[in-house]
Amino acid sequence: MDFPWLTTILFFPLLGAALIAGIPGSRKEAIRQSTLAVTVLHFAIALPLWWLYEPGGADFQFVERVPWVDTFGIEYHLGVDGVSVLLALFTVLLMPLAVLGSWRYVDRHVKEFHILMLVLTTGMLGVFFALDLFVFYVFWELMLVPMYFIIGIWGGERRIHAAVKFFLYTFVGGLLMLVGILALYFYHEQVTGTFSTALADLIALDVPGDLQTWLFLGFALAFAIKVPMFPFHTWLPDAHVQAPAAGSVILAAVLLKMGTYGFYRLAMPLFPEASRTFLPVIAVLAVIGILYGAMVALVQPNMKKLVAYSSVSHLGFVMLGLFALTTTAIQGSVIQMINHGISTGALFFICGMLYERRHTYEIERFGGLSATMPAFATLFMIVTLSSIGLPGLNGFIGEFLILVGTFGRYPWLAGIATIGVILAAYYMLRMFGRVMFGPVDREENREVPDLSVREWAVLLPLVALIFWIGVYPRPFLERTEPSVERFVEILEGAPTPAVAEADGAVIVAADDEPVEAGR
Amino acid sequence: MTLAVGPGHYLFLSAILFTIGTVGVLTRRNAIIIFMSIEIMLNAANLAFVTFAAAIGDLAGFVMVLLVIAVAAAEAAVGLAIIVAMFRHRQTVDVGAFNVMRG
Amino acid sequence: MENLLWVVPALPLVGVAFNGLLGRRAGKGVVAFVGPGVVGAAFAVAIALFVHLVGLPAGERELHQTVYEWLVGGGFGAPVAFLVDPLSMTMVLVVTGVGFLIHVYSVGYMHDEDERGFARYFTYLNLFTFAMLLLVMADNFLLMFVGWEGVGLCSYLLIGFWFADRDNAEAGKKAFIVNRIGDFGFLIGIFLVFSTFGSVAFADVLPAAGAALTVGGTLAFWIALFLFLGAVGKSAQIPLYVWLPDAMAGPTPVSALIHAATMVTAGVYMVARLHPIYQMAPSALAIVAGIGAATALFAATIGLVQNDIKKVLAYSTISQLGYMFLGVGVAAFTAGIFHLVTHAFFKALLFLGAGSVIHALHGQQDMRYMGGLKSGMPITYWTMLAATLAISGIPPFAGFFSKDDILWRTWDAGHPLLWAIGFVTAGLTAVYMFRLFFLTFHGKFRGTDEQAEHVHESPPSMAVPLAVLGVLSLIGGWIGIPAALGDPLGGLGNAFEGWLAPVFERGEVAGELHPAVPPIEYGLMAASVAIATLGLLAAWWLYVRNQRLPEELSLRFRAAYTVLRNKYWIDEAYTLFVVRPFNALSAFAWRVVDDGLIDGLAVMGTGRLVRFGSGVASRWETGYVPGYVLVFFGGALAILAYYLLG
Repeated sequence: MDFPWLTTILFFPLLGAALIAGIPGSRKEAIRQSTLAVTVLHFAIALPLWWLYEPGGADFQFVERVPWVDTFGIEYHLGVDGVSVLLALFTVLLMPLAVLGSWRYVDRHVKEFHILMLVLTTGMLGVFFALDLFVFYVFWELMLVPMYFIIGIWGGERRIHAAVKFFLYTFVGGLLMLVGILALYFYHEQVTGTFSTALADLIALDVPGDLQTWLFLGFALAFAIKVPMFPFHTWLPDAHVQAPAAGSVILAAVLLKMGTYGFYRLAMPLFPEASRTFLPVIAVLAVIGILYGAMVALVQPNMKKLVAYSSVSHLGFVMLGLFALTTTAIQGSVIQMINHGISTGALFFICGMLYERRHTYEIERFGGLSATMPAFATLFMIVTLSSIGLPGLNGFIGEFLILVGTFGRYPWLAGIATIGVILAAYYMLRMFGRVMFGPVDREENREVPDLSVREWAVLLPLVALIFWIGVYPRPFLERTEPSVERFVEILEGAPTPAVAEADGAVIVAADDEPVEAGR
Repeated sequence: MTLAVGPGHYLFLSAILFTIGTVGVLTRRNAIIIFMSIEIMLNAANLAFVTFAAAIGDLAGFVMVLLVIAVAAAEAAVGLAIIVAMFRHRQTVDVGAFNVMRG
Repeated sequence: MENLLWVVPALPLVGVAFNGLLGRRAGKGVVAFVGPGVVGAAFAVAIALFVHLVGLPAGERELHQTVYEWLVGGGFGAPVAFLVDPLSMTMVLVVTGVGFLIHVYSVGYMHDEDERGFARYFTYLNLFTFAMLLLVMADNFLLMFVGWEGVGLCSYLLIGFWFADRDNAEAGKKAFIVNRIGDFGFLIGIFLVFSTFGSVAFADVLPAAGAALTVGGTLAFWIALFLFLGAVGKSAQIPLYVWLPDAMAGPTPVSALIHAATMVTAGVYMVARLHPIYQMAPSALAIVAGIGAATALFAATIGLVQNDIKKVLAYSTISQLGYMFLGVGVAAFTAGIFHLVTHAFFKALLFLGAGSVIHALHGQQDMRYMGGLKSGMPITYWTMLAATLAISGIPPFAGFFSKDDILWRTWDAGHPLLWAIGFVTAGLTAVYMFRLFFLTFHGKFRGTDEQAEHVHESPPSMAVPLAVLGVLSLIGGWIGIPAALGDPLGGLGNAFEGWLAPVFERGEVAGELHPAVPPIEYGLMAASVAIATLGLLAAWWLYVRNQRLPEELSLRFRAAYTVLRNKYWIDEAYTLFVVRPFNALSAFAWRVVDDGLIDGLAVMGTGRLVRFGSGVASRWETGYVPGYVLVFFGGALAILAYYLLG
């Protein structure tokens, strides 16, 4: 594995951005086409990872490790496991679609928009690839900036408000994480006498209980905001409603995953003991988020806001699965991260397509579109069903694994969370029915054109993934399983006095025991 | 009879210059005068540097003076440009007129 | 043969792909061939499987095929795997056989649709057949759940097929959501099964049920009850039946296939399939039987006063499903499945006949504007008569044998009260069904003159399925003639019971074959025939002989009539006590909790607090430059003083 795959994939978009910067801003079409070419090429370069990644191993693969700032022990350290390789591949797949999806939508400052999109890609991939906390933090903040501008410049009426809220909220969380990173860094120096920001070194640390608690809270808050978990979610509806279509898509499909991925990669393995202490709190918040997000989604008059709140609900499932700490549930969470990206990403594309036609997101302004846009109706239906979690489509795979895996540990929480499945059908079908069914009672809805070739190209890959994951999820699940198992081992193997004494069977049998033991 | 001019005299002069500059900055309202007062303060500092460098025999003091002169030159260029811009904007260089930063 | 099980569900799936992707371009002629063709082919394969199965010794009639590993994560695993034993074979034959007839019928019924609508219709219908076959052939809970939700989806799509009318779309949505409430129970049931047995494969769970669960234990009770909640949703039992009457908004063949013959009976199939679990939970079985009996009576009373021909049939379906649950609830699984099969014949026929009438009257569904159609539509008339006799339980029509079997088993299992409910319901069934029959076909035509002129018999594509189902409604019950009546067909005996015996052998509480027929069985049989006949005569008296009597009765028993006309106000109660409060709570969560507290107070409040603080702090910024300089010098002096003096 001598070829530096990850570095190539990571910085290719920046190279592309430099290329785009050379095109005069007035040549909008040329800029769009070149960006599309860059992103498609990027995908082609990244795709071999799917086959090159060895599904069997739990270790990080394609590792690159070069000393960067020697004095401080900072290294340029990249690598992927089964989870990050899938998330990264999905991100790379999404970018050409996002470019296609904003072809007509973005007509001002076209050049800047596409450059920012490419920079954003590098930022997102860096977060997935980083195995060094310093590198992680750099890319974490790097992706914040382009998104801020994408919302703030190409957004809707209240874009400034939304962008500032998004930025401040996420940034505050990021700073807490930075404090946590620094504290860990100095603690490592205190214990071992050497400076290191390498993830593996810091995981190997045995951080004492009190410090763990505080550091975990810092990291957890940063990621909980990004997820977003109830009650830190209110930046999301604003950001989604104001962001341009492509911005919403990337925000929902990738940026929200940064939160759950952060829990998976950093917060939980670094502080296993504290994670287990806070496990019931987070699991309960996740379930509240599932139901609360669904209920609020139910009464939204605005399509994008509805989908935004549905994200709160769906991400609640992911968090519940992560904190159930069983391989089955976490496998579900991981696949659900991808699933949510696919279905919610597609839903935001769909919102964008409707907006391009009718310049509104108000559900009441639509109606009967199935008659005028039959092809669109079919794809919209499939995406809706995927979001509802219909068996045979992707959403079910994740939700079911999460619920069945959680049930063994928290039967009540899993049972209550299952109600979210009913509610999902309620709010999604309500929206679909109001928009697509019924008579065409507004003149302006009579003449809307059906999908263009470009729009087909945007939605078809996502629909194909919906079916693929739904019908044959093996290739995805087998790539993540060893990594997830190792993750569970790290968390279960945490040296907690009480648990070490207790009989192992207790943990499995009774749902409240490990919590008691963890204190 | 030779008048012995020692380090003390130079430092005294430096202090006088610095005080003149300070008072100028504090009391005058004309931006250009303030600016000139700052230059006097810088040169007071330079004088002190040179005095000490000569007395101790350390070259670092002379080097610092060169640095300060370079900074002062840069400051003069930027500062004057700002004052010109301010004048164009308000037709005055009275610092009292520029209070947009008031909270 | 074992490797060919996948072919059966795959064939309708091919139809889905073809009709869905190419159907519009291929044209109606091709779709009309492919749509029913794939189901017919599946039926042919099913017949071949059936022949193969019959050729095997009774104890070995069980075929398995694992197609591929589907959902594997951690310790959980569920393959796409099929199981064909006599029970699922029966269901496959019903689904493909009756399904094929209804597909053929649909070609005629839907001929007014344009290319796109026609292709869409057959795509959905094929998809339904596929999902239903998954449901009945699944070898594990999860794949069964795939089919379970899949048929729900098709139901949603087909109820809202004419989506331009908002009511249809709303009815579809209602069906999906109410079904989802049931599916919630099913899911919890699966979770419980997995956490108890560590597997979701029928082959692992069902044989182990006796060992892993204790009879009457809490766990067994909850597993059985949650799974039954799924059945209640899908099979439209109290309290989740409310979606089925609204589901009549779909095209009539859809009502026949999905909302009468196959999908709604899935709950009965599920309870029968999982009978080893239910046997461990007698109290759950009692609930099944109780809900079944209550639903049977409840729906029958509503059916008495409905004027929409399809609504009557809908309530009748709910009522008959209640019978089936009564059957399986008293552990008479064979009887429940037997009624499922005969019901599929006669109820599909009733719906298709009703569709034929509606077709002839150009969409008229109100029986008050029908009448006297006997002469214009002889095939429809005679087949409908057969079906009506069958559902009323008049021998030797199909319904008699199956309904009587259920009633007898109920009595025999020691539930005289449940028997009495079933018995009364049998009488009511005869009344409302013959009311429908007489109002539609006898008397004078009460519609417009224009309609009267256009009354015509349906085209062959519709008439032939009617005729086939008519014959089945007559002879369909002869496969399960009770031992009490001897062996009139010579050698056939109670073939159905013998056929299903290997599946239920550990099950039947009522025993397989009663060595000696107790005299009371003849008594009960005579009683149910008598009450059915009485019902028939009552309907004749009221709707043929004294046509003004019903109105007088409705005036005299005004209170009761109003309650029934308004279907006990159950829909209104749900709206008032469930839907509206929930929506209000959601609105509260949005407006007050989210916008007000979390965002308004906490998030934006923090922002306002910071802004206020900066407002105070910024008072220091006077904007007067010498002032800043003074502070600066003061600071410098202070630092200097600190170092010099401190």
